[in-house]
Amino acid sequence: MSAPLLEASGLDLAFGAVRALDGVAIDIHPGEVVAIVGESGSGKSSLLRVLAGQMRPDAGTVLYRDPAGHAHPVHGMGEAALRRLMRTDWGFVHQNARDGLRMGVSTGGNVGERLMAIGARNYGGIRDEATEWLKRVEIDPSRIDHLPRTFSGGMQQRLQIARTLVTRPRLVFMDEPTGGLDVSVQARLLDLIRALVADLGIAVLLVTHDIAAARLLAHRILVMRRGQVVEHGLTDRVLDDPQHPYTQLLVASVLAA
Amino acid sequence: MSHDSGFGSGGYNFAYLDENTKRMIRRALLKAVAIPGHQVPFGAREMPLPYGWGTGGIQVTAAILGPRDVLKVIDQGADDTTNAVSIRRFFSRVAGVRGTTRTAEATIIQTRHRIPETPLTEAQTIVYQVPMPEPLFRLEPRLAETRRMHALADYGLMHVKLYEDIARHGHVSTAYNYPVMVGGRYLMSPSPIPAFDNPKMHRMPALQLFGAGREKKIYAVPPYTEVRSLDFEDHPFRPHRADGCCALCGSATSYLDEVVTDDRGGRMFVCSDTDYCEERQEAAAAAPASETEDAA
Repeated sequence: MSAPLLEASGLDLAFGAVRALDGVAIDIHPGEVVAIVGESGSGKSSLLRVLAGQMRPDAGTVLYRDPAGHAHPVHGMGEAALRRLMRTDWGFVHQNARDGLRMGVSTGGNVGERLMAIGARNYGGIRDEATEWLKRVEIDPSRIDHLPRTFSGGMQQRLQIARTLVTRPRLVFMDEPTGGLDVSVQARLLDLIRALVADLGIAVLLVTHDIAAARLLAHRILVMRRGQVVEHGLTDRVLDDPQHPYTQLLVASVLAA
Repeated sequence: MSHDSGFGSGGYNFAYLDENTKRMIRRALLKAVAIPGHQVPFGAREMPLPYGWGTGGIQVTAAILGPRDVLKVIDQGADDTTNAVSIRRFFSRVAGVRGTTRTAEATIIQTRHRIPETPLTEAQTIVYQVPMPEPLFRLEPRLAETRRMHALADYGLMHVKLYEDIARHGHVSTAYNYPVMVGGRYLMSPSPIPAFDNPKMHRMPALQLFGAGREKKIYAVPPYTEVRSLDFEDHPFRPHRADGCCALCGSATSYLDEVVTDDRGGRMFVCSDTDYCEERQEAAAAAPASETEDAA
């Protein structure tokens, strides 16, 4: 197996007396989808923010391996480098599409922003690329000049995915991408994400409390509780044969996972 | 350096500001020249005119003015508007410098909204009055964030704005205050000059200084610095000019103002730069041959 894309070990993070992360370690390999599941307050989102460099841990390191194979500490590379990473090699899909989109900017502008941020200066080219991506995420390309606020929740989420994937990142962080959507829309979105991720070979770190979503998308699962990883392994193994009592409870509490 | 040789009758120091203030502004100016396009904060003083009337420009002018300087002040291209006249009179009163309306005679030109049509030289300095120095302020309301974007040269957002303009109107609709990149590094507001004047800033032989009094910022473009208006490869920057000739001097290349002459739709175009227009009219009167046209 190739060297991991992202490698974290010994992560500790405390909010006052609450331990959000307690000795967490995680590896993500290129092209791999890893899901972090757990109940609210288990530290999933904190872990995501620490791994993405948005929050500094009290202890522990996060290493990112660039395409040339050099490992860089995410929390030691400086803000400029981290921002460059965030608009080239990495992407972040927020739970609420409004956090990830510019609501006052047209659909084409939203998709094109990352392209322009890395130096695309050809209007026609940017527009073609945006049209192409709208088709890929099943948004009618004739709506390229419409504002995202005229879109439904599911469309906004798909737009956010198009906007993130347009620069073909190597690693995408997703924070409950299907949260707040109704079941049929969720299913279509999951299908879409699965197809795109397989197609582009992107590594994804997915945070979710939806076991079904994790089963559909993820190759590996980490189960978190009170800031600790209580169980991890291949998705089918963890969900079909849960070892830890908490994982058993989690799997049992889902109707038809 | 001291100019306080019992100057004037009002008891003011030379050029109104005290020497320490001028020194503070000069320090900011030196830093601004050293980092072209970068906004340098300075301690703007209360001036005897309201914010928005050129308090920033007037402080920069006061800091660089010497007794032998010749000052020209223009407002929207004209030398005879209230703002231009009062600032010129202010400096003739507190510094005793000679005022002029001739662009070629002036050593310092303080301007609002225009760059003179006559090309400036290395011996001249142009001082712009700036209402809002931050080019990103309509796109990103947090100043701390815009400072970070400048620090990281993270200017994708500005292109998103241009993209939106083209998507909506078919062309970039910004006609004034058109954002520029200075020396390939800093995004800069050229102050509300028409986009028509932007190309004049590129590799200009004169030193360009910008003062924003209310926002307390100074920035500068040293002589012969690259100043590029933002654009797309397939939608290149296009300076806009009214389609017509000046009704007074016949210029087909100068920037034109539209003047309404009556209430029945009558209007005419005249040069916005009054000095340029008058010089052309005088030249035409002196040589009464047929040529009144610029090479178009």
